[in-house]
Amino acid sequence: MQHWNLFLAFFRVGMLGYGGGPSSIPLVHKEVVEKYKWLSDDDFADILALGNSLPGPIATKMAGYIGFRVSGVLGMLNAVLATIIPTIAIMIVLITSLNSFRDQPWVNGMTQAVVPVVGVMLAKLTYDFIKKAKVSLGWLNTILLGAGSLILIEWAGVHPGLVIFALLLVALIRPMGKKGEKSKAYVRKEQSS
Amino acid sequence: MIYWKIFIAFFIPGIVGYGGGPASIPLVENEVVERFNWMTVSEFSEMLAMANALPGPIATKMAGFIGFQQGGIIGSFIGVFATVAPSLILMIGLLSLLYKFKDSPRVKTMTALIRPSIAILLGVIAFQFFRNSYFSSGALQTILLIGVSFFLLERVKVHPAFVILGSLMYGAIFLGS
Repeated sequence: MQHWNLFLAFFRVGMLGYGGGPSSIPLVHKEVVEKYKWLSDDDFADILALGNSLPGPIATKMAGYIGFRVSGVLGMLNAVLATIIPTIAIMIVLITSLNSFRDQPWVNGMTQAVVPVVGVMLAKLTYDFIKKAKVSLGWLNTILLGAGSLILIEWAGVHPGLVIFALLLVALIRPMGKKGEKSKAYVRKEQSS
Repeated sequence: MIYWKIFIAFFIPGIVGYGGGPASIPLVENEVVERFNWMTVSEFSEMLAMANALPGPIATKMAGFIGFQQGGIIGSFIGVFATVAPSLILMIGLLSLLYKFKDSPRVKTMTALIRPSIAILLGVIAFQFFRNSYFSSGALQTILLIGVSFFLLERVKVHPAFVILGSLMYGAIFLGS
């Protein structure tokens, strides 16, 4: 029964979570804390904080860990698969069936019209990241880091993974004096926003 | 060797993609478009549109689909595994250790420091999409679609899935020539 409930909970999260991983966070909360009461509010907040400080997709990190906590390794597999399999299956079926109509002019029109729309969504994400970066780093650092990344990645052809890895390393090894206090303050500011 | 390539293509975005699924979009693009040449920019944008119109986490949808295209069901499984497993194993394995550090400014700084780079990566892809659209549909259609979709998404707050659906219909009727 526990496994069936785990599956149902994360299946719903996967199918209703429009807008990518982060939009599924409140859905996970609803299922796990409010409906099935597997975790307390505090536990959930801890898991979210932890999940945010690790790399990789947030939805599967949460599903996997909560599944693990509820019923071990099997629970983990169950929750992760329930989150991702349905939407991947729909996606593969949709795109492959669209591909078999590729030569039709109306399909061409569809694929043309959707490109600028996705562009707008990406531009919005870009703006979100810049806004958040400004809150935590200030304008000067945001512009410096942004311009530096643009030059390294786009013109010098450095792999973005390397640039990001280097920045993570800097965060880990740089001395933490007063700046640490300052960063604690902005973390609070960010969480409350 | 395709399975190894699929693994690498999704392992890297999974492990350096701080800030949830969307942060890994440009990293996936870098692997599958620039490095392995599995897709063109416009194929990638179609896939991203479809993925955005469907529910569920974005990173695994991309991994599952691209993995399937390159290596069938096994490829799909490997793509998803490479995306999910490393961070999940970290999450479960280092739990007790990280619990101690979750409020550490160092850990918070890590997420903060890479945000401008992620923004740049996303901005560059957005720019590529607009440029592509300009070349295939012309300036007028591109500006119209950008303007209307921005208005609907950001001002009226229409759900992205409906905006994408609407643009697909618009394209089928008016751009299908």
